[in-house]
Amino acid sequence: MSFVDGNALAGPLGEIFAVDVTVATSQCASCGRTGPLAVLHVYAKAPGFVARCPGCDAVVMRLVRTPEGATVDMRGCVTLRIPLPL
Amino acid sequence: MARTAVSGRLIWRVATLATIRDETATARTLSFDVPDWPGHLPGQHVDVRLTADDGYSTQRSYSLASDGGISDGGISDGGISHGGISHGGIELTVQKVDDGEVSPYLASVLKVGDPVELRGPVGGWFVWRPTDTAPVLLVAGGSGIVPLMAMIRARQAAASRVPFRLIYSARTPADVIYANELRLPAGGLDVHYIFTRNGTGRRIGVADVNTHGWPADFEPDCFVCGPTGFVETVADILVALGHQPRKVKTERFG
Repeated sequence: MSFVDGNALAGPLGEIFAVDVTVATSQCASCGRTGPLAVLHVYAKAPGFVARCPGCDAVVMRLVRTPEGATVDMRGCVTLRIPLPL
Repeated sequence: MARTAVSGRLIWRVATLATIRDETATARTLSFDVPDWPGHLPGQHVDVRLTADDGYSTQRSYSLASDGGISDGGISDGGISHGGISHGGIELTVQKVDDGEVSPYLASVLKVGDPVELRGPVGGWFVWRPTDTAPVLLVAGGSGIVPLMAMIRARQAAASRVPFRLIYSARTPADVIYANELRLPAGGLDVHYIFTRNGTGRRIGVADVNTHGWPADFEPDCFVCGPTGFVETVADILVALGHQPRKVKTERFG
């Protein structure tokens, strides 16, 4: 199945967060790999977005949008480091 | 209040189709008037949303083709100068043959004066900034040229001297988008084509990237955009040639 880059999450996450989270660095809970959200492998042809680690293919983040709200499942993500210069 | 391209929660805006320009037999460029467009960085994209009368809604991401009109962190007075459209406008180039629900509508049905909903600009990773100084390698597969053309246009708009190389894979010469603009490239931009269905057509290979790209020692910023398989192939070649994975930025369109 075909995937796109984490770049594609910029819009759906931009609706929730005040900063561009795709440039934030996440750590995979499965293999420990770190890198920007923008390089995760995103499967978008689903009821939501499923973002997988480019190293081990584990699910790092899931995002589902309904007319009432958004659900972000981040069990696969140990930390999210967001560039925020003072 | 000052706005930047990458901060502030995202909202849907109503854009109006201003002009249509055919690029090839299967691609056309749509320029939209967007109220309060904050400007964008080359490589960023927008999400376009279509809603049917019965409330069914669908959306798709499109790379911005216009240069963005941002320089040195502010929005320049000149805005978008190519193609004769005014400041406050944005351009998207849409391939008619794409699958899905949104592209056929944008490519064939939408008329001048029609509204569409869009939000953006978004994406701070796959971007080139006119203040960047490293040499740049752009590798495009098909309509993957769109965000890379925004970078080329921004380079020209900023009179940047950063050396650019473009490797552009298309089916045939007739499928080259922005052909006229690329025919006489600005100084410091080298363009190399690969045609996949032109007589002895072939796919991009190590030799193409090695010969027409930059040596890894130059530590160039590499931007690769195209279908998933194409991007995968090129990114693997670049890393095998010694480029650091963090210097190879990709945008797959599935």
